[in-house]
Formats: sequence, C-alpha cells, structure tokens
Amino acid sequence: MTLKTPLYNEHQKLKGRIVDFAGFEMPVQYAGVIEEHNAVRHAAGLFDVSHMGEFLFEGPEAQKFLEYLTPNFVGKLTDGMAQYSMLLNEKGGIVDDILVYRYGPQKFMMVVNASNIEKDFEWVSSHKTKFPEVTLTNISDQTALLALQGPKAKEILPSDLKPFHFFVGAIFGVPNCTVARTGYTGEDGFEIFCSTDQVVALWQALLKAGEPFGLKPAGLGARDTLRLEARLSLYGHEINDATNPLEVGLSWVVKLDKPHEFIGKSALIQIKEAGLQRQIVGFKMIDKGIPRQDCRIREDKKEIGFVTSGTFSPTLQIGIGLGYVPTEFSSIGTKFNIDIRGNLKLAEVVQMPFYTRNRLPASYMEGIPREKGR
Amino acid sequence: MEFPDDLKYTKEHEWVRIKGDVAMIGISDYAQEQLGDIVYLELPEEGEAVEKGEPFGVVESVKAVSDIYAAVSGKVLEINDPLPENPETLNEDCYEEGWLIKVKMSNPKEAEDLMDSIQYQAYIKEETA
Repeated sequence: MTLKTPLYNEHQKLKGRIVDFAGFEMPVQYAGVIEEHNAVRHAAGLFDVSHMGEFLFEGPEAQKFLEYLTPNFVGKLTDGMAQYSMLLNEKGGIVDDILVYRYGPQKFMMVVNASNIEKDFEWVSSHKTKFPEVTLTNISDQTALLALQGPKAKEILPSDLKPFHFFVGAIFGVPNCTVARTGYTGEDGFEIFCSTDQVVALWQALLKAGEPFGLKPAGLGARDTLRLEARLSLYGHEINDATNPLEVGLSWVVKLDKPHEFIGKSALIQIKEAGLQRQIVGFKMIDKGIPRQDCRIREDKKEIGFVTSGTFSPTLQIGIGLGYVPTEFSSIGTKFNIDIRGNLKLAEVVQMPFYTRNRLPASYMEGIPREKGR
Repeated sequence: MEFPDDLKYTKEHEWVRIKGDVAMIGISDYAQEQLGDIVYLELPEEGEAVEKGEPFGVVESVKAVSDIYAAVSGKVLEINDPLPENPETLNEDCYEEGWLIKVKMSNPKEAEDLMDSIQYQAYIKEETA
C-alpha cells in the first residue's frame, strides 16, 4: 500500500511527477530537476517532506532517555534549539540519522527518515523500559513538514532565527507551526512543521508569498542533487545499520566525552582505537560519465570500493559522487576509476563539500561558465 | 507531446525516419519527457553494427539511466557527433536537431514491424493507463 501526504492533490495540480518513495506517493519533480535545483541555489524552493516521521518524548526522563538513545549531547540544547544526531545500535551502526528538537525541559521531538519510521519507533520503544517516566508518541500521521530553502527564503519568511533554532507560532495565519532554521540543501532556509489539516493552506500561502522572489515547488529529485552537492549523507546510501558514524565523516556528532552512557558508545571507542579501514570520500569525474549508487570503484581493474550516491551536478555541470574506499585512497587528489556499465572512467577525490553557500572551491572554477559557477 | 506522422516508432520509444535503405533513429517526445533533463549521451562509433532490439547507446537524465535500442539492424553510417556535447538538445528538439544515428539497413523488411504515429500514441496510452 502506498501512502499519500495531505499535499498529494496540490502536487497533481502542479503537474508533479509522482513516484513511490519509502511507501509514499511523492513528487520527484514538477518543471524539471535542474530548474528546481537552480531555483533553490539562486532564489528559493518549497518541498513537501511530510513523509518524514516525528516522535514526541515527554516527561521528567525525556532528556535522559534521549541522551541514552543518541550519541550527540542533548544537554547542550536549550529551549527552541535543534540538533543533528543519530540512533546507533550496540555495534555502533547507524539505525537512522535524526534531528532532536527541544521544546522544553520535558518535551522533545525526534524527526526520522520516512523509510525508517516503523523501525525507529520499535527501536526507541524497545529501550523505553529503563525510562518509565517518558511518554513516547508517534505523531507522524498528524504532522506535516515543508522545507522552504534558498537564499530568498528569509525574504519570504522574515525571521531572526539563528541556524538550528526554532520557534512555535502562527505563520501566514496557520497556527501552531514549528519553524526551524534548518534544511537539507546546503542553502539557508526553514523547515516548518504543522498539523496535516493545515498544511494545504500553508503550502498555498508560501507559494503565493514566494512567487515574486522566484520561489518554485521542488521535488525529491532536486532534494537529492542539492543534498549531494552539499555532501549531506542519506540513509540507505552513505549510512545504514552496518556503517558507523566515523567512517561516514560524522564523528563530530559522536560526543564520547558526554557525561552519559549511550547505545553504541563502547563499540565506537573500539572502532576509533582500531583505526578506520574505509571511509566515505567525495569525488568528481574527470572522464565524462555519471556515477550511480553501487558502481564499483577500482584502482586499475581491482575493486577497492563502491559508490553510495552519484549524480550529475547541476551546479558543477559534471558527474559527482560519494563512496567508500580504503583509508589509503581517501586523500584529496587521489585518482581512481569508476566502473560505469563496464567502462572504467577516471575520477578524483576532491575537497568536501562539493558546494558551499556563496563559495565554490577554486578547483571547480576553471572551465565552468561564470553564471553556473557561482 | 508531438508524434510526427512521417515517422515510425518502437515500443522502447525510439523513432525511425526511413529513406530508401537508410534509417535515421532518435528518441520520441514521450521518451525525452519521461527522462526529464537529459545530461549525458553515449552513441556507437560509425561503422559499428547494430542489431534490432539490442541497445546501441545510453541516455541519462539527472535521475535516470536508459538504454537506447536499435529499431532496425544494420551498420552505423553516421552519428550526430555534436550531440553528446549538448545532450540537452534531446529535450529541446528530439525529432530534428536531436537525431542520434543513421543506419544502413541490412534487412529493410524489419521496418514493417514498427508502429505508425497513431498506433504509437495508442500504445503510450495503454502503457500509462
């Protein structure tokens, strides 16, 4: 069975091309991936990401429970702050990557990937017995989420929110929204939670308010190219239950010195001491070609790794990708081959991220038309 | 979407323009629209043999990879050489500027199996229903 977000009819009205994503019927594109990608880089885009999951943690032990479930230091958050984190298993593998929002000392929200809602809720529930003073609620079905992303986002929704901060209030007449300065595109912007029965009104109001600024509805296709250029990991690609945060380049999330035990901690200490066998690198294609997930990475013909995500980069106008290679192949400038349909195509490890707001690494500027190379 | 009357079409969404024993092959308006922004194209070399129903090239959009199948068998006489450098042309003009290859047919009778514009449009309707 496939699920629909409350915006399904809006997507159809806007001629969105609907595909199945994590069991949801979602728009992969409206006008076109590149046009939407560029709108987000240069103006703004509006994404329906209501398929994401949300869990509420309430009660006197909510924070203690989250400290145990996640490797980042929840104690660093004050009211109105959000934090990128993960759920880890005992082996240090990544059950999911998540965001934790602190509404108050006894109220937190966890945002999880759509594909993992059931798995995560079972995982979290299975550890709750040690924390009886927590009420855990899966509010995914009542909660919608929009992402307003791009340099013009702050003109469409004026706000003095700092990054990773949020407020709760009415916007565009829609009450009780959680507005956070967060995103998954490498641009400035907001993610806005509201109840499912209000989201159509909010979607329409934002599109209308954003029109003079060049705001466009954007689909999951652009969301993927944007996050990849910004080198943001995606569950099912760079990360899964068998990958650990250190090899993915997310060691900054793991606070081994926080004053709490957390699941996966002892495994990660061991992994750290043993040293990394492999790690994620970002590479650009030197030969023409577009790397895709599961393409083999070869030195000469010998297999040394595999691609976790790959795409044509609309900003850089070349093929780019992320993949696992042995640590000795991870330094910038290392060249290896990507096996694309049996043809070996040369690629080079480059500095990450591929794209940073208002700045591109100098190595990309040669050969890129100016207007595309911003 | 447009499907010119003077062309023949395949179930894999290629078009064929036949002049004597030479077939010009491209991808249909439906194919380019389904693919979305086309960013990469691989064509065979001139002189290579292609076989009806077998892939002779690859077209990629940002999100998708798709083989291009030979509508007829024969030898590649000519390729649209500048096209791989400007694959977006396939989105803009798939029937004229966006032609892919010309094939000298080894068995012109194979062309009889191809659909005409009306049959092809009915086929698309059926496939997407």
